Amino acid sequence: MTQLQFLLNDTPVTLTEVGASDTLLDHLRLTRRMTGTKEGCAEGDCGACTVLAGRLTGDGLVYEPINACIRLMASCHATHIVTIEHLRGPDGGLHPIQAAMVDHHGSQCGFCTPGIVMALYGLWMTDPGADEAAIKTALQGNICRCTGYAPIIRAAQAAGAAGGQAQDALARERAAVAERLAAMRGGRITVARGADRALIPADTDDLAAALIDEPQATLVAGATDVGLWVTKFMRDISPAIFIGHLMKEISVEGDVIRLGAGVTYSEAAPVIARHIPQAAEYWQRIGGWQVRNAGTIGANIANGSPIGDTPPLLIALDARIVLRRGADRREMPLEDFFIDYGKQDRHPGEFVEEIVIPIHRQARIAAYKITKRRDSDITAVAAGIRVDVADGTITAARLAFGGMAGTPKRARAAEAALEGQPFAEAAFDAAARAITGDFQPMTDMRASAEYRATVARNLIRRFWLEQSEPGLPVRLRLTEGV
Amino acid sequence: MKYDTAPITGQAHQDTIHDSAIKHVTGRAEYTDDLVEPTGTIHAYLGLSTCAHGRITGMDFTETLAQPGVLGVLTADDLPGVNDVSPNGKNDDPIFADGTVHFWGQPVFAVIAETRDQARRAAHKARIDYDAAPHALDPIAARDAGMGYVTDPLTLKRGDAAAAMADAPRRIEGRFAVGGQDHFYLEGQIALAIPGEDDEVALHVSTQHPSEVQHMVAHVLGVPSNAIVVNVRRMGGGFGGKETQMNLFACVAAVAAKRWHRAVKIRPDRDDDMTATGKRHDFVIDYAVGFDDDGRIRAVEGDLYARCGFSADLSGPVTDRALFHADNAYFYPDVRVSSHPMRTNTVSNTAFRGFGGPQGAIMAERMVEEIGYALGLDPLEVRKRNLYQNGQLTPYHQEVQDQILPRLIAELEETSDYQARRQAVLDWNARGGVIRKGIALTPVKFGISFTATWFNQAGALIHIYSDGSIHLNHGGTEMGQGLNTKVAQVVAEAFQCDISRIKITKTTTEKVPNTSATAASSGTDLNGMAALDAANQIKARLTAFVAENWKVAEDQVAFVPGHVRAGDQMIAFNQVIRAAYTARIQLSAAGFYKTPKIHWDRSTGQGRPFYYFAYGAAVSEVSVDTLTGEYVIDRADILHDVGRSLNPALDRGQVEGAFVQGAGWLTTEELWWDDKGRLRTHAPSTYKVPLASDRPRVFNVALADWSEATERTIKRSKAVGEPPFVLGISVFEAINMAVASVADYREPARLDAPATPERVLMAVERLRG
Repeated sequence: MTQLQFLLNDTPVTLTEVGASDTLLDHLRLTRRMTGTKEGCAEGDCGACTVLAGRLTGDGLVYEPINACIRLMASCHATHIVTIEHLRGPDGGLHPIQAAMVDHHGSQCGFCTPGIVMALYGLWMTDPGADEAAIKTALQGNICRCTGYAPIIRAAQAAGAAGGQAQDALARERAAVAERLAAMRGGRITVARGADRALIPADTDDLAAALIDEPQATLVAGATDVGLWVTKFMRDISPAIFIGHLMKEISVEGDVIRLGAGVTYSEAAPVIARHIPQAAEYWQRIGGWQVRNAGTIGANIANGSPIGDTPPLLIALDARIVLRRGADRREMPLEDFFIDYGKQDRHPGEFVEEIVIPIHRQARIAAYKITKRRDSDITAVAAGIRVDVADGTITAARLAFGGMAGTPKRARAAEAALEGQPFAEAAFDAAARAITGDFQPMTDMRASAEYRATVARNLIRRFWLEQSEPGLPVRLRLTEGV
Repeated sequence: MKYDTAPITGQAHQDTIHDSAIKHVTGRAEYTDDLVEPTGTIHAYLGLSTCAHGRITGMDFTETLAQPGVLGVLTADDLPGVNDVSPNGKNDDPIFADGTVHFWGQPVFAVIAETRDQARRAAHKARIDYDAAPHALDPIAARDAGMGYVTDPLTLKRGDAAAAMADAPRRIEGRFAVGGQDHFYLEGQIALAIPGEDDEVALHVSTQHPSEVQHMVAHVLGVPSNAIVVNVRRMGGGFGGKETQMNLFACVAAVAAKRWHRAVKIRPDRDDDMTATGKRHDFVIDYAVGFDDDGRIRAVEGDLYARCGFSADLSGPVTDRALFHADNAYFYPDVRVSSHPMRTNTVSNTAFRGFGGPQGAIMAERMVEEIGYALGLDPLEVRKRNLYQNGQLTPYHQEVQDQILPRLIAELEETSDYQARRQAVLDWNARGGVIRKGIALTPVKFGISFTATWFNQAGALIHIYSDGSIHLNHGGTEMGQGLNTKVAQVVAEAFQCDISRIKITKTTTEKVPNTSATAASSGTDLNGMAALDAANQIKARLTAFVAENWKVAEDQVAFVPGHVRAGDQMIAFNQVIRAAYTARIQLSAAGFYKTPKIHWDRSTGQGRPFYYFAYGAAVSEVSVDTLTGEYVIDRADILHDVGRSLNPALDRGQVEGAFVQGAGWLTTEELWWDDKGRLRTHAPSTYKVPLASDRPRVFNVALADWSEATERTIKRSKAVGEPPFVLGISVFEAINMAVASVADYREPARLDAPATPERVLMAVERLRG
């Protein structure tokens, strides 16, 4: 097929001329002059462009807030894009979220407001009883510079209490929309605007074949990073193969979690919370909600960020990845995938297909993310720590860090200082001393080398304190007092 | 006969919703980029320098001009009038660099193309060569490099500070670096210029200062101001960042519009917006305070070095205001404070909510904290001992006459349970442990009025149409603060009609001329009064008409809800208007206001620059992770003075928003330049403004509802935009306390601002030794 199809509010859209780098926001604002959705930053960090993307999953039709500014058009295929213009109450008046925002004086300049309304709409549909903590989490990806957020949070609570979800248009029309989206799915789609080409494979086998044909193609999943290549660096990503709809499988067999590379952070969150509860809070601090709804774990790995939201944790858990080229697959430890800054062990025509994460039920595990601002901030230092203890002795230690080197990397000297030692403070003191030799971090706008080194040391100390006295207040908690 | 005389909706002192609230939440509020574009609209995009300081040795646009859709390039040579947008007559603020660039990111040229994307891409194809010269980024480096001042410095003095300092029983000196701040208005800079016939241009822009845009565009085009019309319906946030910074964009759009005779829009990407536009001034403050054993201040000396950037812009009044607030709320018996507006190779800094005041106030709070630690006193005790008493003089020789802080602080101390909570914090910290806590109560006394006295004027225009509908226009601009709503409330109350009868129209230089910037928290004070003046003129005519027509004495005529009462007759407002129109009564009036009583002589550093003071105080409690430097604000309690509030809901919104913005300034909002002079925190991915999860977990905000302006302000209300910003200092002080606990409060933490987790952790490590 050579046409892109999606549902925009209540209008089916068919496009034949679409470039790989066309963004949803430009389509809304420039092509359609639907100006309710705003551009604040064009990099997925302020949320003014938030819209809902509805898509069919194993659980049926799911609506999630996403950033229209870095959502590329080709990844809108077979989705239901819902913008602020679509919000109406059952009587055609204000939607309960909108009414609550008005009643609680939740807008001042109003520019962030449509995006905030859409994020809260997404929350209201899925978690009507959301408490303040859940509301703050839902708003991680939305900046308001005027209100200080207090009235917005009050409005969200009031709208949740007001209810009305069953009468909401998206609930009433769910079956019909699902049917329309299902009808849009099918074979491979190729579209272009001039030389700017996009390919949407029908399935993973089709992706494998397409990538053999065009090994230089840019792979685009959630575009939470690639979107910035387009909007900020004006890079040509053509030809681009869009894979965000593929490789969505999640399974847990015995002590192994298998995640398809296309699983988003949001989709993985429940299984992480259940089987690696020590990482649940960390997981909620990856990006903002909109980014977690779009970004995929496979792409996070494949992109080879030196910080890597998931790799430090996954390396500490001895995760492995499956790479596929055509019909050939190879599996390797995740840590071996990262060769050097910007260089990964991925051959032409190859793609990350699956992530295999062992569940260490007896291990002592922690995941730490240190940032200038708590939420929606790129990490200064990330750490995944796993220590296996048997009979009071540390039998294995995996300490992996992000932000400390050109790649996510294990702290081997610190690990060596722990392994074989009694599980006691002395071993962790030694590891904290040893880690100084593991890394030569850099100074940039996020943090100085000195800060990163000090934090890495102190996180080992934090780990010991948390493990040795579980009741001790060691970490700041957002939701309850320490 | 019964008449419905229920109270009107939207009267003054009521919680009335923002006039655009429903449009905001439905996405139907139109910002400049949302306006229907005239057919054939083209786009401009700026090309920015990639050198912090240097001579331009060559400009090659060959490749730029060959890009698809490109219509042309504008440089300094292409401006019909002057190449200057300095708001102060110093002629030091070129639109396009003329021979030399003074900071990384300075506009050098603009590309005009059919689409914005084409213009933007083409701008990156230009080749500009530089002969680089040394650069100085921070104010001390600039001082040491002999960069000089961008504008005249100021010294405020009273008594003999040096002698009093020498005589003081105790004395502390220190240096304190206070960071700047990007406005991060959600809607970036944007202008749309539509060419007209002859020399005319109409513009739609996102500016706080339409009259200045008008005058700048006229100068740059070389035409009289009467050829230019500037319109502003609303801004998506301003915060001072659109007081002067919009001028350049408007001028580029206007020049291109005339040259190609097509509508021209210009909107920078967020990164370019943050790189090329001015911010809050960072300061390095050298302070010395002399005091006695009771913590009473005897003498203060301060030198406030500001990073002004390459040109003056508003640095003169900003650094002046830093001095005006270097006392915050405290009486300095002998004082000398001096500003040093340093020229630096950075973007020219500008207005930002507080306008230098917060940077001055934080110096006072730092000194108070030093005294508290030196004497082993709760800094709050030191604060109370040094609060102004009515009759005392400020460093600029204005007598404080409306002091309410003793009562306000006492109430807040009580309602926030400050003393018990401080003890709990001390007890918590005494147990040791990783998580430390801090608590601080800080006040604000903020001077209200433009210190440039002539700016304290405003105009308004009211028409009543023959159907009784009211058209309200004034010179202020709406940037979210609710100015239009408050002014409409004033007019609704004057006519005793529902606020829904009033249409608040866009600000335009065609209706009210020579306006001042909507700034200095003065919007409602000035424009509310001007609108009231216009309303009163029409009311006077209507009163005389009704008295004559319905045959009663004028003192028997009264405006009551929805009606005019003439003796015992009640006439519906619409009916009165229809009759007045028929009787040929003028139903339109231009109102005017100028603030009384104020005067200021900069040459002597003396006068009464402020009509009155607004007051407030906040208690903040924080938890700090001493292993990583991270922190959370556990609780904040605010009691703030807005006089007799015109709209408590909107005022509370201003207080809450200002506090969080002030806390952001002092915590996570860090401007970071690399050694090449590039600002590297230029988008929300790298520049971190507060999110919902950064607001205090418990946030109690109250207005001091017993307060009433002592001066005859608009319905005895007080300005609210800027003063509560200063209350963010309480968060900073609380973090300092938590850090100081690791060394048992033997010395203050002396954090520089912003107190990023990095600065906090490094201070913890330093204090632990």
